[in-house]
Amino acid sequence: MARSNAYPSKFLIAAGGMVYLFLYIPLAVVVLFSFNDSKLNAEWVGFTWKWYDKLFQNGDILHAAANSLIIAVISALLATILGTLAGLAIYRFRQKWLSALVLGPIAMPDILIGVSLLLMFILFNVTLGMTSIILAHVSFCIGFVALAVQSRLSGMDQSLVEAARDLGATPFQAFRLITLPLLKPGIIAGGMMAFTLSIDDFVITFFTAGVGSSTLPLEIYSMVKIAVTPEVNAVSTLLMLVTLVLITALSRISPTVLRN
Amino acid sequence: MQTATEAPQAVLEIIDVSRRFGDFVALDKVSLNIQAGEFFTLLGPSGCGKTTLLRLIAGFDQVDEGEILLDGKPLTALNPEQRPIHTVFQSYALFPHMTVAENIAFPLRMTKIAKPVIDLMVREILEDVRLPDKAKHYPDELSGGQKQRIAIARALVNRPRLLLLDEPLSALDAKLREQMQIELINLQKEIGITFVYVTHDQGEALALSHRIAVMNKGTISQIDEPSVLYSCPDNRFVADFIGQCNLLDATVVSVAEKQLRIAIAGLGELDVCANPEIDFAVGDTCALTLRPEKIRLAAQLDITDDEVLFSGKVHDMLYLGDVTVYIIELANGVLIEAMLANDAPGRTRLFDTGDAVKIAWHTDAGHLVA
Amino acid sequence: MPNRAERLSRILLSLPPGLYLLLLFAVPSLMMLFASFRFSGEYGGLAPWYYIEDGQFTLDLTLENWQRLFESDIYLGLLLKSLAYALATTLICVIMAYPLALMIARSKKRHRDLLLLLVILPFWSNFLVRIYAWMIIFSPQGALTAALNVVTSSLGLEPITLMFSGTAVIICLVYVHLPFMILPLYANLEKHDHRLLDAAQDLGANRFQCFWLITWPLSLPGIYAGAVLVFIPSLGIFAIPDLLGGTNGIMIGNVIKQQFVESRDWPFGSVLSLVLTAITLVLVLLAAKLGSPAGENNGKK
Repeated sequence: MARSNAYPSKFLIAAGGMVYLFLYIPLAVVVLFSFNDSKLNAEWVGFTWKWYDKLFQNGDILHAAANSLIIAVISALLATILGTLAGLAIYRFRQKWLSALVLGPIAMPDILIGVSLLLMFILFNVTLGMTSIILAHVSFCIGFVALAVQSRLSGMDQSLVEAARDLGATPFQAFRLITLPLLKPGIIAGGMMAFTLSIDDFVITFFTAGVGSSTLPLEIYSMVKIAVTPEVNAVSTLLMLVTLVLITALSRISPTVLRN
Repeated sequence: MQTATEAPQAVLEIIDVSRRFGDFVALDKVSLNIQAGEFFTLLGPSGCGKTTLLRLIAGFDQVDEGEILLDGKPLTALNPEQRPIHTVFQSYALFPHMTVAENIAFPLRMTKIAKPVIDLMVREILEDVRLPDKAKHYPDELSGGQKQRIAIARALVNRPRLLLLDEPLSALDAKLREQMQIELINLQKEIGITFVYVTHDQGEALALSHRIAVMNKGTISQIDEPSVLYSCPDNRFVADFIGQCNLLDATVVSVAEKQLRIAIAGLGELDVCANPEIDFAVGDTCALTLRPEKIRLAAQLDITDDEVLFSGKVHDMLYLGDVTVYIIELANGVLIEAMLANDAPGRTRLFDTGDAVKIAWHTDAGHLVA
Repeated sequence: MPNRAERLSRILLSLPPGLYLLLLFAVPSLMMLFASFRFSGEYGGLAPWYYIEDGQFTLDLTLENWQRLFESDIYLGLLLKSLAYALATTLICVIMAYPLALMIARSKKRHRDLLLLLVILPFWSNFLVRIYAWMIIFSPQGALTAALNVVTSSLGLEPITLMFSGTAVIICLVYVHLPFMILPLYANLEKHDHRLLDAAQDLGANRFQCFWLITWPLSLPGIYAGAVLVFIPSLGIFAIPDLLGGTNGIMIGNVIKQQFVESRDWPFGSVLSLVLTAITLVLVLLAAKLGSPAGENNGKK
C-alpha cells in the first residue's frame, strides 16, 4: 500500500514513542520510589506511606510550602493586574518601549534577573525576604500575563468595540461591557500561569530569598544538595499532583493558552 | 427657486468631505445628499473610499475637511455613541458573550429604558425578523443568515435616523444572498428608515437601491437611479464598472442638435445619439459605450435607416446557458462583445469560432461619454 | 485623534506596569552595568564609586574587572564550554523533537491536543524535581549505572560513572528544555500542507527527498524559534551543573552564582553576567531576523 503523507509513518510513531518514554520514565521513577520502603533510591523493596508521613511532620517543609503559596498568590494577583494593563497598553497604543520592558525578563536567562535584583536589593537596603521575592516574581510574571491578554485581544474582532460605540456605549461602557468580559479567559489563564511560574520558580527565588523566607523549591534544593532521600520523592510527587490539578483547571478555562 | 413642494430636506448632507491617510487621499471633496426613506448605495471597487465615507458618517473616523450634516445639524462634534445612526457590520459584530436578546437589548440599555419596555421591544423586533425563538441563543449557534438578521434587528431596535450597512451580505452564499436582498428591500419599505448601503457588488447595488453613488479613487463618478446608471453612464469608469460594456474610442466628426457623427479609427463613421449632459465639439475624443445585449448579430442582417452595420468574424465564444457571449473581431482589429439569448427551441449553436458575421445596433443603443 | 480621554487612558494603562518594570528590570540591569566598573568592597559587595579628598570629588571606577575576563583563560574557556554545552543541547533537542513533532502534526486532529498535553505535562512539574529524577537515575547505586557497567566489564573496560559528568549535565539540559523545541516545531509543522509532499512525490521525489527538500526547509523557522528557547536558558543554567555536574561539569552560570553568593565579588560577577546578557541579546535579535519574515509566509494561503 502506498504511504500517505497525511499520516505519521511507523518510523515516526516508534521514534515519537521513544521520546515520550524519555519524558516520562524519570518522573515515573521519582513517583515509584516515593512509595519504596528503602532509604536508597536503588531497588524496589516494598510499598510504604512512611515518606509521606515523615513529610507531614517536617516543619521546615510545611513552612516553606506555606511561604510558596503566599508568595504565589500575591505575585499572581499583582502580576495579573499589571500584566493586563500592559497587554492592553501594548495592543492599543503599540508602545515598543513597554513591550521591550515586558518581554525582557522573559527573554533573559533567569540567573541574570536574579543576580541583578539581588544587587539592587542589597544596594537599596531592601531586606531580603518574602517582599523581595514577591517583587522579583511579579517582574517576570507580568510578561506572561501581558502575552496571554495580548493574544486574546488580537483574536478579538475589532468591530465589536466599534459596534458597541455605534449602538450608544461610551468608550468606558464599551470597555466594561464588551472588551473586559471577552478578555476574562485570557486574564484568568495569564493569572494561573503567573501562579504556577511563581510557585515553581527556583532560580530567581534563590537569589532574592532571605533568612526565614525559604520556599518549597529552595527547600528541595537544600535537601537534594545534602542527600538524595525518598522524602524528596514524596514532596516531588505531591508537587506533581498539585500542578496536574492546576493544569486541568487551566485547560478547562482556556484550552488554547497552554499551547502559547 | 425652493418651494415647499420641491425635493424634501435631505436626511444626510455630505459637503466637500476629504479624508487623507498620509499621502493617500481616501476621499477627495465628496458631496452628496441622501433623502429621507431612501435606500442609497455607495458602490465602487475596493479602495474607492466607500468604507471610509461610511466610517465618517458613523463617527469612527474624523473628516479632514468638509462637513457632514444630519437633518441640517453638523455631526462632527459627536462621538459614535451620540449619533442616531447605527451600523450593520460586515462581520455582523454580534457580541459573542451575550445572547441574541441581550445583543438586541444593548442599544436600549445604553439609553436607560426600563427593563420591561426593553423586553417588549426585543420581542417585537425578533418577530419582525422572524426569529422569535432564538432569543436565548448565543450568536455562535446561529447560521449566517440568522446572524445577519439579528445584526439588523439590533441596529434597528431603537429606530435610528439612518442605518449604515457595510457589505452585509458578502459573507453569505449566493442563494442566501438573493433571499436576503429581497428581505432587505421589504424591511426597508416596512420601517421606512433611510438605508445607506456599501457594496462592491454592482448586481446587488442595482437590485436593492433607489439611488446609487458610484465611487472611484476617492471621488464620486455618478449618482443616479440604477436604470439610468446602467443605460446612460456619465463616464467610461461607470460604463465599465456597471455590467458588461463595449467601449469604442472615437472622435467627433460633426454635431447636430440631437445626433452626432463620430469616426472610429479603421471602422469608419457612424451616427450616434447626443448625450444631453455633455457638449461635444467637432474634433473631441469620445467613447461609445455599447451594452452587449443591445447588439444584433447574424450571418446576414437587414438594417433599418437608424441602424449601423459592421462585419466581423467570431473570435471567441462563451456558452453561458441562457445566453452565449460572442467576441467579434471587427475590421480594425477591435474586439466587441455581443450577447445572444439561446431562446430558440432545441439545442442552439449559432456560430463557430472563425465564422464571418454581421453586427448591427441602433443609433440610440450606444451612449456617448467623454 | 488623540484627545484627552485617549491620553489619559494611555497613561493609566501603561504607567503602572511601565514604572514597575523600569524599577525592577531596567534599573537593576543598569546598576549591574555600572557595578562592572566598580571596585569590590572589603567584605564583598561594592566599594563606594567616588571619594572626596580635600573637598575634591573623584570617581573611583576601573576597567580591571573586564581586563580580568579577557586575560584569564579559565573564564573564557568556561564560557566557550558553556556555549558548547548549550549548542549540544540544542542539536540533541532538534534531533529528538523532530520525529515527535512531526508525528503529532500528522496525527488525527482529535488526537493532537492530547499528544501535545503529554509533551507539556512533565514540563509543568517542578524544575528541581526534574533534575532530581536524573540524580536518581544517574546515582552510582542506580540500575542504569549497574546495567551499563555489566556491559563495560564484559567488554573488559573500566567501570563508568554517569553522575557528576558533562554528559549527565547535557542529558538533563535536554530533558528540561525538550518541550521548548517540540512546541514551536509542532506549531510550524502543523501548518504544512501535506499535499505539498503529494506533489513532490508526484513529481518524482522519494521519501528522503520529500523530507529534505520540502518539510525540512519549511520547518526552519520553527527550528530557529525552538533553538532560541533552548539555547538561551541552557546557557545560563546553574542548578543542573550544580547538582549533576560535579567539578568537571560546571558552566558559566555556576561561576556567576559563585561570584554573587559565595566569593561576593560583585563587580566580576557583573562582568560575567553582562557577557551572558550580550550573547542573549545578539541571539534574540538574530532569531527575530531569521524567524519572523520566513515564519510569517510559511503555511499561510
